[in-house]
Amino acid sequence: MQQTLFDKIWDFHRVAQRTDGRDLVYIDRHVLHELHAHHAFAQLQKQRRAVRRPDLTFAVQDHTVATKPGRDDDTNPSGSAFIKAMREGCRTNGIRLFDVDDPEQGISHVVAPELGIVLPGATHAVPDSHASTVGGVGALAFGCGTSELAHILATQMMALKRPKSMRVQLDGRLAGGVTAKDVALRIIAEIGVAGARGHVVEYAGAAIRTMPIEQRMTLCNLNIEMGGRSGLVAADDATFEWLARRPFVPQGAEWDRALQHWRRLPSDPGASFDREVSLDCTALEPQITWGTDPSQVVGISGRVPDPAALEPARRAAAASAVGYMDLAPGMPLLGLPIDRVFIGSCTNSRLPDLQVAADVIRGRRVAPGVVAMVVPGSSSVKRDAEAAGLDRVFRDAGFFWGESGCSMCAGGNGDRGAPGERCVSTTNRNFENRQGLKVRTHLASPATAAASAIAGRIADARALTPGMA
Amino acid sequence: MQPFTSHTGIAAPLIKDDINTDQIAPILHSRGLKEDYRAMLFHRARRREDGSEDPDFVLNKPQFRGAGILVSGENFGAGSSRESAVWSMLANGIRVIIAKSFADIYRENCLQNGLLPVSLGSALGDQFIVRAVAADGQAPFTVDLLTQRISGPGGSDVEFEIPAADRTRLLEGLDDIGLTLKHVDAVASWEARAQTAQPWLQTARDSRRAAVKGVRE
Repeated sequence: MQQTLFDKIWDFHRVAQRTDGRDLVYIDRHVLHELHAHHAFAQLQKQRRAVRRPDLTFAVQDHTVATKPGRDDDTNPSGSAFIKAMREGCRTNGIRLFDVDDPEQGISHVVAPELGIVLPGATHAVPDSHASTVGGVGALAFGCGTSELAHILATQMMALKRPKSMRVQLDGRLAGGVTAKDVALRIIAEIGVAGARGHVVEYAGAAIRTMPIEQRMTLCNLNIEMGGRSGLVAADDATFEWLARRPFVPQGAEWDRALQHWRRLPSDPGASFDREVSLDCTALEPQITWGTDPSQVVGISGRVPDPAALEPARRAAAASAVGYMDLAPGMPLLGLPIDRVFIGSCTNSRLPDLQVAADVIRGRRVAPGVVAMVVPGSSSVKRDAEAAGLDRVFRDAGFFWGESGCSMCAGGNGDRGAPGERCVSTTNRNFENRQGLKVRTHLASPATAAASAIAGRIADARALTPGMA
Repeated sequence: MQPFTSHTGIAAPLIKDDINTDQIAPILHSRGLKEDYRAMLFHRARRREDGSEDPDFVLNKPQFRGAGILVSGENFGAGSSRESAVWSMLANGIRVIIAKSFADIYRENCLQNGLLPVSLGSALGDQFIVRAVAADGQAPFTVDLLTQRISGPGGSDVEFEIPAADRTRLLEGLDDIGLTLKHVDAVASWEARAQTAQPWLQTARDSRRAAVKGVRE
């Protein structure tokens, strides 16, 4: 029987079938964050239950931490109770915490792969919908709620119905200045915000094989924005090279043995998927959202669509989005004046993301009146960026250079835009009010965000940086 | 978990697709560990900028104030995995959501908390929306999980599908962790198997720390 990558990981990790028909799937690596953790710790305490495998459990402070230099627990007052409760819960339960001041603190989805905590063929869970970011290294990851988090803490398993499988075939080669962010936005535009619901998505094809690991993570990160249960890319030599010698990966002979195993994981030729989608990436241009859900996307040279011309089911939402975004049908996106730029989040905050943005910005200034910020995805990314001098590039241009965390993605730490502001953001959700009351979010790549900060308008980085295209 | 057998209540129609958890349970500026889930529900839609109630929002209309059933479109509960988007429903007395379809994680969170997610699909969903709008909160609907039927004004009973396992779990209010811990022997033997087959999965050690420790030993 020909098996998919997903089949192989699932079948190995399936411990038992529960009496209610759900599969109990073992979770190899569990990572918590402070927004959910305290509820789960309290629940376990009430039920007098222990954490089954604290040694396979990790915790990071990311959602509510301030990004201001010199921050502490109380810099964001609405986060301090969460941060302290998390610290206490981790201490009581013997869980390794990457605390606010830890040199390796950061966004869970950035920290877990960069330390080698997640591995190809491993299962991973986070109480966060963007858990599948680590699918970029070939791990099978599931986002969950708070009750499921408590369940995993107590049992080291998730009780799941086996999802269906889907393959997104990415053919061709990305043009210069076009990245995984643009690919992901285009796929979501094509299949819709619920297009992958109930499915584990494997991203495959020529465009994937030449894609750096960080970009594969961006792609898998956005999988939830089309409703996918999980998303992953088969690990290859590039993955192994990327992971090798990271602190938590197996070392020495065990690494060699793991490598042998990982090489057998890719989907068998001829393995069948419940659903197949393909996209030729060759002609793709940078993409940007115009609306209030991640499927409302056009190419950067495109115009705001006329809701009346869309398929009937999408009209009402589109009309409402055009109103919220203060746009009009037929308006070009390029040249639209903006107030704010945010570069960061689990989607686009790894070192290469910052490098691309810095290359666009180098020697230039943020347009007058635009508030621009960069928040590295982890304290390690921040350190590496500083070692490469990127912080100077950003600061000299007039960007705020922050401490690591989720920051303005959901504004859980108080980083928010002001009412009515138009923001180009490298994050994952352009929902109404998410980045601040009445803030109008346009999702785009780091290059597009950087170019827009300089222009003060939505801009095409390829026009600003001719060498890019 | 509170078991669910049957609920009779007013059905409030919130007829949109892709209602997301940022809308249902927004992250508010000031908060602490003990959140006011009752006030959180659809906070931005319910309130105008000055903080007063928006009389046009469905749950603020007099006939829907005590609604126990919410009726909506496709992909209800899209977005973040925050469970507050379920707790805030329960805090407002909502025990059933009837939608055309649900986002995966939101549906799981409903099942964990005894909030019944009824997926009607597109065609049946559209028909039921018409009925709920026409009823306008003047007469209640009954959603019965035992018989898998919705009854109420404006037509005959609507049968709905729900996986048997989910139904049982809701009817009995089963403790999810307790259910899994019945398999505790299977977990232990899986761990032993994994330790042999893929030992790197059963250890997550910081090699730098191990090296330091080794020196001390």
